[in-house]
Amino acid sequence: MTVSLTLDNVSAHYGSTQVLEDLSLHVAEGELISLLGSSGCGKTTTLRLVAGFLQPTAGTIRLGDRDLTRLPAHARNIGLVFQTYALFPHLTVRDNVAFGLKQRGMGRKERDRRADEMIARVGLDALADRHPANLSGGQRQRVALARALVIEPPLLMFDEPLSNLDAKLRVDMRVEIRRLQQANGTTAVYVTHDQEEAFSISDRVAIMNAGRIMQLDTPEVLYSKPANAFVADFVGFENMIPMRVVAEAGDAVRAEMEGGATMDLPRGTFDVPGRDFILAARPEGLLVAPEGSAPGIPAKLGLRTYLGRAYQYQCDTPAGSVMANGPLSAPFDAGAAVTLVPQPDQCCLLPVEA
Amino acid sequence: MQNKTHPLLIAFAVLVFFFLLGPLVIIIGSALSETSYLTFPPQGLTLHWFENIFEISAFRRTMATSFMLAVGGTALSMLIGIPAAYALARYRVEIPRFLGNVYVLPILIPEIVLGFSLMKSLATGLGLPITLSLLVGHALLVLPYCVRVVGASLNNFDFSIEEAAVSLGCTRAKAFFTVVLPNIQAGIIAGFILAFITSLNDVSVSIFLTGPGVSTLPIQLLAHMEQFFDPTIASVSVLLMLVTVAVMAIVERTLGLTFLTK
Ligand SMILES: Nc1ncnc2c1ncn2[C@@H]1O[C@H](COP(=O)(O)OP(=O)(O)OP(=O)(O)O)[C@@H](O)[C@H]1O
Ligand SMILES: [Mg+2]
Repeated sequence: MTVSLTLDNVSAHYGSTQVLEDLSLHVAEGELISLLGSSGCGKTTTLRLVAGFLQPTAGTIRLGDRDLTRLPAHARNIGLVFQTYALFPHLTVRDNVAFGLKQRGMGRKERDRRADEMIARVGLDALADRHPANLSGGQRQRVALARALVIEPPLLMFDEPLSNLDAKLRVDMRVEIRRLQQANGTTAVYVTHDQEEAFSISDRVAIMNAGRIMQLDTPEVLYSKPANAFVADFVGFENMIPMRVVAEAGDAVRAEMEGGATMDLPRGTFDVPGRDFILAARPEGLLVAPEGSAPGIPAKLGLRTYLGRAYQYQCDTPAGSVMANGPLSAPFDAGAAVTLVPQPDQCCLLPVEA
Repeated sequence: MQNKTHPLLIAFAVLVFFFLLGPLVIIIGSALSETSYLTFPPQGLTLHWFENIFEISAFRRTMATSFMLAVGGTALSMLIGIPAAYALARYRVEIPRFLGNVYVLPILIPEIVLGFSLMKSLATGLGLPITLSLLVGHALLVLPYCVRVVGASLNNFDFSIEEAAVSLGCTRAKAFFTVVLPNIQAGIIAGFILAFITSLNDVSVSIFLTGPGVSTLPIQLLAHMEQFFDPTIASVSVLLMLVTVAVMAIVERTLGLTFLTK
């Protein structure tokens, strides 16, 4: 039973403060989408809306062809995994997992059988009779996962499920979550503020800011082609250089940066989004080259650090300080005058936001 | 840091214990005396004064009333207190803070004022029968304990547990009974016990609400004392003490006393 989840122009308020603004999101059948964003951007709020713990002030939420918007939370049949696990302290692992089945009126024998089966699938066979207080964090997380999975929900939602675990376990568990989600073909929404976690297990990632989705795309696209300055900054484009088109020079566009230096950007390799734009680049997207060897940004080198795969330089340009990488084969000395050459496949030209 | 306890500190601790426990020892001693007046140390040893409690019908009757009030009043108070504590904890952000404090007013107001105002409103104003106004009065008297102690365990309660239950198919109401109540059980028992003891030992509120034919044990004790000054008073006091100690012992055995101070 796989279904899609659709949020159409959903807004949410706490009291008079708006937390989500006109949010639209479509999660395809069997897809895992992550909501990624800094604290307070509305990730949990989005989950609570879908779960039914909060009513949207506008918009609709649909699961498959079912309209959830006015359905009470207990009738939505959505599997939820909480950041704090939210296990029932007074019940054993088995009774925790069987809880949802019991609510569905299933007899004790059958629900215990199914619970035990699911407990075995998450590798906790030996612990079925324990209470949550006597489990480690990772084990609790597995119980929470089993409890959500056993009701075979068409939609699974995770709210920062791994943030209370140590680094090693986080990696193991996220792989496990992905494996179980794919095995069941369950549609899933996964909330996290850990970029690596989101990118590693998601089909697509929604990067959120202040109650809005800034970009929703595959991790690959987000990583290499952010659509706006916010996303670029989020995924590690450290250098943001504002530019302005000053002339069309044949098959190139001449752009001027702050401080007056100009640079020719060949059409076809660079897609200039407007008169004013931002050149965004990671350090490896700006190659340190001898002065005048190629069109680029004039710079004077500052501190050099060794990264193993390259040297990294702190550079002074007319537009301010930037970080750029240079090849190991040809180290430059501090104070050298160089050109920083934008690498087309590792830079983006972004529109300036109003 | 030196590990040896300062002798002054020891002396101080001994003094505190002496003043706390001394009067109790005197009462227990007096209750056992063979004399027909209160005296300490006891002259001779007898349990006669304890039998006497049960022989005097007024004591028997008021004892029953007191227990009925303590159980009934506390139960009534819990019926209001648990939902109130739940709402205050669950909607901490939404509910104005002063509302939470309304529930502890009965502790903050001098008891004698509370008793007097209850007499004015319940007995005189509404004209409630004595037993009923006593029941309502005691329920109000112990309400702060119910709300506060149950509230303390609700403040430690992770409400996402309740949401987990709802997401698994429980209605809100059912989730309250199947996952919230079992997890604040200890707080409810502790609140019940504190309230029970408070009600059982109350004088200030009861004295305004008791009337012809209906009284409580502590009030009867006062009445008895005005006429007779025999060791029965001491033995009733010892009895009340024993009930309190017994209840505490049960708590200690089942939940641990630290629980009450949490
Ligand atoms: N019960 C509430 N009452 C009022 N405002 C709230 C409430 N819950 C959340 N908010 C506000 O709504 C905004 C979004 O909150 P939300 O919990 O969705 O953030 P989040 O993205 O999940 O953040 P985090 O990563 O810290 O969990 C925040 O600014 C928060 O302060
Ligand atoms: Mg959150």
